[in-house]
Parts: sequence; structure tokens; C-alpha cells
Amino acid sequence: MEQKTKIAAEEDKQELVITREFDLPLELLFKAYEEPEIVAQWMGTKVIKLENKKHGGYQFETSDPNGNVVFKANGTIHEFSVNERIIRTFEMENSPFAVQLEFLEFEKITEQTSKLTMQIVYKSIELRNQMLKLPFAQGLNMAHNRLQEAANKLK
Amino acid sequence: MEIRRDVFQAIADPTRRAILSLVAIQAMTPGAIAENFESSRQTISKHIQILSECELLSQTQTGREIYYHLNPGKMREIDQFIEPFRKMWDDRFNKLEAIMKNYQPKK
Repeated sequence: MEQKTKIAAEEDKQELVITREFDLPLELLFKAYEEPEIVAQWMGTKVIKLENKKHGGYQFETSDPNGNVVFKANGTIHEFSVNERIIRTFEMENSPFAVQLEFLEFEKITEQTSKLTMQIVYKSIELRNQMLKLPFAQGLNMAHNRLQEAANKLK
Repeated sequence: MEIRRDVFQAIADPTRRAILSLVAIQAMTPGAIAENFESSRQTISKHIQILSECELLSQTQTGREIYYHLNPGKMREIDQFIEPFRKMWDDRFNKLEAIMKNYQPKK
């Protein structure tokens, strides 16, 4: 089966491109990026600020079940063209990762389908590769932690 | 080897990628690989060493000659590194799609 979400990461480039086709009209796809309550739902984070305009900015914050903030991100919006394009920066706070630049292009395919192309530019090839491997590393950590928990229960 | 090398680091270099594409077609001796480059044999041999350390190349001995092959299993591992990243975005976008299919415009 063909994958709906694709990642293109050329080895010698400090960028990657994520593409995805949606069973949604273009307007609905774009709305998912426009309305803070909806962004919060699918991103799984609290949206503290979302100013959809040039020179605007945004702030996300995620807390664990105990209310401790575990993730904070922010960025500046450079372009916000409804149903067309968003250009913005993205920065994870309190992390060693440098800010990244994101170009999001929204396209209509048919009346009922649309496509998102997200180009992310990183400070270096090394950083790009690190970010690509992050979920892989986190997966390993989680597996390790589960093992550890299981082992602790046996004690 | 004292340094455990990173597969991504190995394929970040254009000469090393060229070596991989050469041996992907057929197994080659270090001498035959070096003939394709202007760099010294020593430089090429260093690149081969790095690729071997990362297990991107495997070798077989035929008489006195060593032949290098591409290790396809390792190349697939590179895709596997990326797979959890792809999955993370795929999950997010699936959620987005499901939410928007039930979207009711605000009055």
C-alpha cells in the first residue's frame, strides 16, 4: 500500500520535505492550521498563542498528567496566505536544537482532496539527521524504560 | 576500531556515496574502486575503511584479492531510522484528517 505521508531527505542537504495527501478539501486542511483549538487537538499540545499574520508568532506548551511543562516551542510567522502558504520558524525551547525554517504549501488536488508539502530547513546536515533520528531514539528509550519498569516489578 | 561510526556520517560524504553506487553494481577490489577517482589510493582506502566499519560494505576474499560488496541490509537500516519520524507525522496527519472530517463551522 502506498504511504500517505512521505519523507524525502537527501543525504547531502540540510533540509527535508514531508508530503501528505488528505481526504479533505483544501479549505478544511488549511483551517486545521488556522484555528488554535483544532491545532491543539491534532498536535496534542496547548496553544498559548497563535497570531496568523506576517510578523505574528506562536507558542505551544505541553504538560504531563501532573501539570509539569514537558515541552515548549515557539516561532515567528513570516507569511500567512490563507489556503496557500505558511512560512514560519520553529524552535524547541530548553533544547540544544537550533531554530528551523518551515515552508508549508497547501494545494488543492480535487474538490475533496488536498496536499500539504512541508519543507524544513535546518542549521546543518548533522542537525537534520539528529532530528530525523529523534523519534527513533525516543522509541528506543521508551522500550528501555518499559523494560526497566518490568524489571523493577520483578525485584 | 576505537570509534563507532555513524551510518549517516558515512553516507554524508560524496566520495563515499560514489563508492557505494559503484559496488552496488558489482563487487570490486580496492584497486578497481580507486581507479574511478582522482584522489590517492590511500584516501580511497580510508573511505572504504569507514564504509566497512559501518557495515555498509562487506568483503569476500578470492585468492589474493579482496572484493567489496554493498551490504543491502545496512542500507535498509537507514530507512528504518527514518521510519519512526515518518510514523510520528503520519499519526499526526491522520488525527488532523479525522478531526476535520467531523468539523462543524462556527456559527
